[in-house]
Amino acid sequence: MSTAPRLTALDALHRSLGATMTDFAGWDMPLRYGSERDEHNAVRTKAGLFDLSHMGEITLTGPEAVKALDYALVGNISTVGVGRARYTHICQEDGGIVDDLIVYRLGESEYMVVANASNAQVVLDALTERAAGFDTVVRDDRDAYALIAVQGPESPGILASLTDADLDGLKYYAGLPGTVAGVPALIARTGYTGEDGFELFVAPEHAVELWQALTKAGEGVGLVPAGLSCRDTLRLEAGMPLYGHELTTSLTPFDAGLGRVVKFEKEGDFVGRAALEAAAERSATNPPRKLVGLIAEGRRVPRAGFPVVADGKVIGEVTSGAPSPTLGKPIAMAYVDAAHAAPGTSGVGVDIRGTHEPYEVVALPFYKRQK
Amino acid sequence: MSNPQQLRYSKEHEWLSDAEGGVATVGITEFAANALGDVVYAQLPAVGDTVTAGETCGELESTKSVSDLYSPVTGEVVEANQDVVDDPALVNTAPFEGGWLFKVRIAEEPADLLSAEEYAALTHSDN
Repeated sequence: MSTAPRLTALDALHRSLGATMTDFAGWDMPLRYGSERDEHNAVRTKAGLFDLSHMGEITLTGPEAVKALDYALVGNISTVGVGRARYTHICQEDGGIVDDLIVYRLGESEYMVVANASNAQVVLDALTERAAGFDTVVRDDRDAYALIAVQGPESPGILASLTDADLDGLKYYAGLPGTVAGVPALIARTGYTGEDGFELFVAPEHAVELWQALTKAGEGVGLVPAGLSCRDTLRLEAGMPLYGHELTTSLTPFDAGLGRVVKFEKEGDFVGRAALEAAAERSATNPPRKLVGLIAEGRRVPRAGFPVVADGKVIGEVTSGAPSPTLGKPIAMAYVDAAHAAPGTSGVGVDIRGTHEPYEVVALPFYKRQK
Repeated sequence: MSNPQQLRYSKEHEWLSDAEGGVATVGITEFAANALGDVVYAQLPAVGDTVTAGETCGELESTKSVSDLYSPVTGEVVEANQDVVDDPALVNTAPFEGGWLFKVRIAEEPADLLSAEEYAALTHSDN
């Protein structure tokens, strides 16, 4: 295994912008350019520009690509129309979540799967293995794309100034091929921030040109480059799960409160079906720990792995925590025993390095944008 | 970034002012503040606490992590900066000024505190 971090096509640009870089899943990625709080607030109120080139793209083509995906994943991919996208999971035989994915249907028989950077190889291997009996080709496209996201309320206007593509006709969780600033791109209305926004998949050699064009187009409306640090607080406020935190191989989608992504009604078998049927039954009769939101009454920040406590007992565990710029208080996602999961449940705290700090149990998400 | 010449520095990235009447001011450097990111919570030693050189005496929490605060000297805390407790972002915006952390009556000072030049050399090697 190589120990040298991988660099995105935008690496030199990040450094020229003064970014603090960090290792993320083997990639050297921008953590923040200045203040992560300012970047967060810019995405909520104006717009932010992200380099997400570390994400793992895998393309399936051929007459049985969709059958292979229906077998490999828990979602019903055969119901995804051309130009649309679907959030789904890939699970182990025992139902444990390998990764959460977005699948884009690019053509009649062409699908692009986007995996998390940390799982891209595992997902590629699993898809290759699971697709073996089908008439389809699984292609590793990780090096074929740079991924730039523009997120925030000003993002439609910024993008519209650079493309003739029909953005008004582009719904949430849809993608269409087009040209942005003269660069061929797959334009997707997806994101991970809780805001309206776009993800642009382009050839790496066009990444710098596109980044600069977006920067210029966003100059007058407050667009700023935004790093992984604010991406994490944005997704946390929006109640979106993160692999390795809310989702792991030791949880099934039902344990994670995402049982709805599992489509038992689809045709044919799929990897994990039997285990997931058992998990669905279990969760109906004996509710597992529930994923809830916690809002601090004080100022100390809960972190992943900290115990959630009530009446002197451990009743759960924090999976993600951070100070919320929008709420002005520390927030967390945590799995807690069903008995303590109702919003407003009293007496719940988080053990922060030995001190039990009081927290309010709330329903997720913490933040929902006004449409 | 420039480290004020008149201060002395610890390898744990604290700065220490010259003592006036035996009392010196302690803060963290701009280098440390940048490395932490936005500071959101500061737990400072209390007035009357005895702090020991090289040992933890509080914590600074930022968006992504929590870091122990070490004391560069041994002595008794005579003041903690309430402005920083109320507005921890001062540590980022004015690490050498309004973002100071506590004042200490020095009982003993280690011999290995660094000059501004030595500290600059240390942090460049960290980069």
